Amino acid sequence: MINLVVFLEFFKIGLLAIGGGLVTIPFLAELSEKYNWYTAQDLAQMVAISQTSPGAVGINLATYVGYTVNGGWTGVIAVMGLILPSLIIIIAISKCFFCEERRGFLQDFLYGVRPASAALILYGGYVLARISIIDYTSAAFAIISFFLVRWLKWHPIAFISLGAIVGIVFKM
Amino acid sequence: MLPLLQSEFVDKKKWLTEEEMIDFYAISQSTPGIIALNTATFLGYKQAGIKGAVLATLGVVTPSIIIMTLIASVLQNFVNNEYVKHAFAGVGVMVVALVMDSVVRLWKPAVIGYLGKTIFALSFLALITYGTSPVIIVIFSSLVGYIYRKRFLK
Repeated sequence: MINLVVFLEFFKIGLLAIGGGLVTIPFLAELSEKYNWYTAQDLAQMVAISQTSPGAVGINLATYVGYTVNGGWTGVIAVMGLILPSLIIIIAISKCFFCEERRGFLQDFLYGVRPASAALILYGGYVLARISIIDYTSAAFAIISFFLVRWLKWHPIAFISLGAIVGIVFKM
Repeated sequence: MLPLLQSEFVDKKKWLTEEEMIDFYAISQSTPGIIALNTATFLGYKQAGIKGAVLATLGVVTPSIIIMTLIASVLQNFVNNEYVKHAFAGVGVMVVALVMDSVVRLWKPAVIGYLGKTIFALSFLALITYGTSPVIIVIFSSLVGYIYRKRFLK
């Protein structure tokens, strides 16, 4: 039963979280309030680990959240729910990928969703910041990190490793 | 993931031309779901129809599922370790910086014109002050965009 709920919730996220994996964060934060499967704190940790691991962040995160809710198979079910809507839509429009008419229809719908998705990612950042930024040390580190990320074009894994080292050194 | 797809399927296997790859990527961006995954689904479809689309998608997600499940099960034993806790506190802050960076990078391509800025601002305000559900945000903004494009741009 819980697997069915997980599947349906992730199906909904797969349909509505348009863009990248980070857009799923506010949806997952909402799930944490709706069901008591995990806390916002757990979610912050899952996001961090999903960013460090290879593969698409959204898929990693869905696997991890599913695992946390009810074990390994639920992780698989969450991913299936997440990917099914786009699979269906792509197969449905596949007869003519490049038809102006159908592309135009999707374009019209997504025109307003793109700025909303950007707002959802910003809100996701806000949700995570409220959990991770708890004192002056973490606030200062957050600001420095932001400028480092903007200036140095390192791979995310390098930044994450740096975060881990700073966390241990400063006993955050 | 795009550079990987490019080297594998354009350069090595020659299933696609450079232009087709860019077209695929462009359509993947205007289709619901995760962009990298959609690109893989399109590619699979082009090569082997519906079966190809399904298998390409499963191929892309399987390593993630296996790796994440392993990491999750191993990490469970370490969550109470002092060092792991500090490390995650640091990583958590860094993730905030990375997320904010992606908002900045998305600003130009995603938040276009006054309508884009208005949708962005109102969505964020609704989320932060009323705790509006993301579901409602996405549905509402897609309708606003649709009506705007239909009425004013055509």
